Amino acid sequence: MATLTQAPPVAPPPAPEKRPPRRRGRWTPYLLLLPGLLWLLVFFALPVIYQASTSVQTGSLEQGYEVTWHFATYWEALSEYWPQFVRSVLYAASATVLCLLLGYPLAYLIAFRAGRWRNLIMILVIAPFFTSFLIRTLAWKTILADGGPVVDALNALHVLDVTAWLGWTAGDRVLATPLAVVCGLTYNFLPFMILPLYTSLERIDPRLHEAANDLYAKPSTTFRRVTFPLSMPGVVSGTLLTFIPASGDYINSDLLGSTDTRMVGNVIQSQFLRILDYPTAAALSFILMAAILAIVTLYIRKSGTEDLV
Amino acid sequence: MKTTKDTTAPGDSGDVRLTGIGKTYGAFTAVHPLDLTVPEGSFFALLGASGCGKTTTLRMIAGLEEPTSGTVHLGDQDVTALPPYKRPVNTVFQSYALFPHLDIFENVAFGLRRRGIRSVKKQVEEMLELVQLGEQARKKPHQLSGGQQQRVAVARALINHPKVLLLDEPLGALDLKLRRQMQLELKRIQTEVGITFVHVTHDQEEAMTMADTVAVMNAGRVEQLGAPADLYENPRTTFVANFLGTSNFIEAEVDSASGGELVLRAGGGKLILPEARNSAPTTTGGKVLVGVRPEKISLTHADDAGGIPAGRNRITGRIAGAGFIGVSTQFVVDSPVCADFEVYVQNIDRDPRLVPGAEVVLHWNPAHTFGLDAAQDIDAGVETVEEEVA
Repeated sequence: MATLTQAPPVAPPPAPEKRPPRRRGRWTPYLLLLPGLLWLLVFFALPVIYQASTSVQTGSLEQGYEVTWHFATYWEALSEYWPQFVRSVLYAASATVLCLLLGYPLAYLIAFRAGRWRNLIMILVIAPFFTSFLIRTLAWKTILADGGPVVDALNALHVLDVTAWLGWTAGDRVLATPLAVVCGLTYNFLPFMILPLYTSLERIDPRLHEAANDLYAKPSTTFRRVTFPLSMPGVVSGTLLTFIPASGDYINSDLLGSTDTRMVGNVIQSQFLRILDYPTAAALSFILMAAILAIVTLYIRKSGTEDLV
Repeated sequence: MKTTKDTTAPGDSGDVRLTGIGKTYGAFTAVHPLDLTVPEGSFFALLGASGCGKTTTLRMIAGLEEPTSGTVHLGDQDVTALPPYKRPVNTVFQSYALFPHLDIFENVAFGLRRRGIRSVKKQVEEMLELVQLGEQARKKPHQLSGGQQQRVAVARALINHPKVLLLDEPLGALDLKLRRQMQLELKRIQTEVGITFVHVTHDQEEAMTMADTVAVMNAGRVEQLGAPADLYENPRTTFVANFLGTSNFIEAEVDSASGGELVLRAGGGKLILPEARNSAPTTTGGKVLVGVRPEKISLTHADDAGGIPAGRNRITGRIAGAGFIGVSTQFVVDSPVCADFEVYVQNIDRDPRLVPGAEVVLHWNPAHTFGLDAAQDIDAGVETVEEEVA
């Protein structure tokens, strides 16, 4: 089969009798795409269309819903739940920044300094995935429990006074505050930051560091002018892989937060599963999708990754 | 071409001086403590096979490797403790190590900008002109060919007007024709800018065509240092004799010495060796390796042996093989004193009798003979050359 697979020529084949083998070669890429396309069609495209139609329906659970092109649902959802939207973006952005600050040095260490410990550290980074998301988040509930050693230590060091003053925590507790939610998000999405960062750092030729050093760049300048710019593809994909799922997440807010930390994910979840207001839930989902799309597009434009090798 | 360039007065402040510099990695000694002075403005080559310590020596000058012992001086300044970014030295790396995220202009401007120079445009453009890349300024490194990338690497280093430019096998990645072209190019640039070049290479021809002074390194030591012609004509070890070109060796015994000439016995015949060209101990009966380059030898058919002028060193043998390569014919002669005697004969008047199996007399001017200490490996440096060629 491989011998028959040829790149489709620009000019049409001159000899018609050569067509049968060529045709098979030409269709191979599409055949390979087919399973994936079918999967996306059934489990992504159809639900999206279904949700889109739901979002413009009116009616009630008892009398049934029908499409009335009631776009006002969008406006109503946005005007009622905009604080949750803002909160989602803020929490997700904070978690992303924290992930970057925590993940970059670690990825750098693994890529350039770890030597024979490299594989071990990589396994430790991935290890949390061996347990479920839910259990890991529940564990943080125990870690941040009132009167637990962590909170006691933070209290003793007066760290909580500072965070409370900043509005991140309330009183002498961490649980059920924005800080707890952001910590949970950071923890849960940290590997998604580290892995792409590591991949792009590891690809950097260490001789480029030597060359920069040789050309009068001290280590900090070398990092700023050579290492960091070259790791931009990793930074961009890492931040996207963290920010996108974090902004739609509701588990962390549900388990570690309070009613004051509800994110848009929590609203969608309760609209769908508890209040059973399907049009509003669907409209919220679409607004979230559009918002993320807009932010991501803007971000990619700004960071100019298409310019990178 | 092979003469040493006149350097300015001794004690000049631009020399590179290595004093007792050495490098060990655990139990492995990469560079044995060595002393080396590279005069200001000269083109200096460190020549040797891979793993001989030449690159480590270069990296110690650059500051990319910390010496285990010894000091590095640039002129009067001791730079041993200085990190690379504080040394007035720049390097052209083996794989060029151009910054892939910066265009050619910014690659070349990198060093200037790091030293806080604001208006770099004029200098960068002039430098790109010097290496004939003015048109490519806004391209990225991966858009250029190997030879062009190599020139960018040279420009990026030279623009900083370093006291010394270090070149780490800069032509290794280029094909043969381009390499020859770049050799001349580099030589031209060096003459033009007058900066000291220290060039690391394993290619003996490259070292000899480009450098004023060549240091031949072997197993972490400098075997011999001198002008290319001097190294070629007067090798002091079998390694140098074999690594630079080809040499024939005959094991001989000292018979007598008189009037600046040594008379040696080898397989019943006598050979004459000028005393000045001998580096072996010369007690009567002592062993000496007599060396002679293949192109110095004349080949005469045994029937014509009577016509050979007196006073020439001569040995007899039978042609074992002949290879016609155009400008010359390379013969391998089987002789009682040396199994594979190589002889290169210019194709001026070809004697049709000189074919494999023919009995011949090899003869040469005694002045072209050199003597080496017999207590060393005859084949030192041979294998490595073949390895590099293949």
